[in-house]
Amino acid sequence: MAVDELYKEIILDHYKSPRNKRELPGAAFTSSGNNPLCGDEVTVFANVEDDKITELTYQGAGCSISQSSASMMTETVQGQTVEEARELAGRFRSMMAGELDPDEVTFGDLVALKGVVKYPIRIKCAVLAWDTLQEALDEASHP
Amino acid sequence: MSERANGLDVEAIRRDFPILERIIHGKPLVYLDSAATSQKPRQVIDTVSDFYANHNANAHRGIYQLGEEATERFEGARSKLARFFGAPSADTIVFTRGVTESMNLVAQGWGRKFLREGDEVLITEMEHHSNIVPWQMTVAVTGASLRYIPLTDDGQLDLSDLGSLLTERTKILSVTGMSNALGTITPLRQLIESAHAVGALVAVDAAQLAPHHAIDVQELDVDLLGFSGHKMLGPTASGGLYGKAEVLEAMDPMLGGGEMIYEVFHDRSTFKPAPHKFEGGTMPIAQQVGLGAAVDYLEALGMDAVRAHEEEMTRYALDKLLEAGATVYGPKDASTRGGAVSFWYRDVHPHDLATILNEEGVAIRAGHHCAQLVMRRFETPATARASFYVYNTKEEIDVLVEALATAGDIFA
Repeated sequence: MAVDELYKEIILDHYKSPRNKRELPGAAFTSSGNNPLCGDEVTVFANVEDDKITELTYQGAGCSISQSSASMMTETVQGQTVEEARELAGRFRSMMAGELDPDEVTFGDLVALKGVVKYPIRIKCAVLAWDTLQEALDEASHP
Repeated sequence: MSERANGLDVEAIRRDFPILERIIHGKPLVYLDSAATSQKPRQVIDTVSDFYANHNANAHRGIYQLGEEATERFEGARSKLARFFGAPSADTIVFTRGVTESMNLVAQGWGRKFLREGDEVLITEMEHHSNIVPWQMTVAVTGASLRYIPLTDDGQLDLSDLGSLLTERTKILSVTGMSNALGTITPLRQLIESAHAVGALVAVDAAQLAPHHAIDVQELDVDLLGFSGHKMLGPTASGGLYGKAEVLEAMDPMLGGGEMIYEVFHDRSTFKPAPHKFEGGTMPIAQQVGLGAAVDYLEALGMDAVRAHEEEMTRYALDKLLEAGATVYGPKDASTRGGAVSFWYRDVHPHDLATILNEEGVAIRAGHHCAQLVMRRFETPATARASFYVYNTKEEIDVLVEALATAGDIFA
């Protein structure tokens, strides 16, 4: 597999021009995750009103896969209900396990990350933001 | 080829390493991760294979022909290591699975027995986690404290304040001989002299130093020195700890069990003398025998020639990487450093770089290299690291540098 199937334009775009990459002062829910093996870091900030994720931002440092995944995640998840976001996180993990062929309607730009499946060592980079989001949402469900 | 000028016939050496014939993604393998683990020559592979095929039995147990042959080969490897490191006798070489186990043995077997509240252990910010974490565990149970020698901006030990760090409270200085993250070669002779002057012992992590440099433990007057066989052409799970006889005698074993005892009673046991009291359970016998063959191989090359080759590769790599615009961490003078070269290329994150280089057949390490204190000191989450050994060529470094350009284009 050629490396340009991994580093798709859209991934590089989110990496170089990250969306929603800022702290959210006073955010209702935050969670931090890191990848001890490689040092990737992601912190997510979320505001939830009436079970809806009204605002989702992140801060972080790391490789293009971990950071673009976080950027795309914030765009896709913003406006979803907590339950919808949870479900998407589960589907994203299934995609990374190679068990699910992603569709653009559900995944949007995130479809671009499916090339990561061919690079097993990098899967944990792609999943980091989602694991971190999951933790923040768990907090939202069990305050 | 210029490789010959310094005494190593690299083309001949490469023929001894079957794995170098591998094709990765349609390209010849360029293995630049020997600081993580070295490749193995046919002589080592054949020795391990021959052991299992013809001589396998447990060592020090069987009263039969094979048991004797296994024991003879196992102890023969110990003698070879003693000779290789200039140790006074084979009894001063304890077999371990490598430096991690060696440093844990020192921190537990010596540290937990002799350290008290008010005592200090001195290490450095350059250490691999295997020479930090065992000491943190030991000071937590003994009440001793852990102090660090800081680093200068160019990745050397900052010894300007050594006088206040190394005092009569210091009971042991535990230090790397060469940094796996920065390549820095530490001034062991000076450190050992200073430590002995205040009555402290010195333990050295020689995981990176031993594969490339002649070490004479008696001339250095080092008290304890750990080495990893798999980084010096030997099998994984081979390695050991050299210790002065009186230091080993004073230390407690870490593992109780078979082979390490004289007599076992209901309420107590008596231990064998060193090194056997430290070798509880069945050892990685074939692997240590294989390490013996690795040491034979290195001695045949000559450690001075091995070091000269490392220095030449390192100098060439530093020049090429800096010329290509990479940021290099650690000392820039090849004569004072080893061949583990940490760098960051333009805006390309090391993980992305390693993935792209892999497509070109180039294997480098990316990450924190089990040296998070070094990463924090230089305010970087990770680096890319290329490291060299006896089988690497300048042409391979050229392949690396060309592949960097490919990565740069993708992330431009």
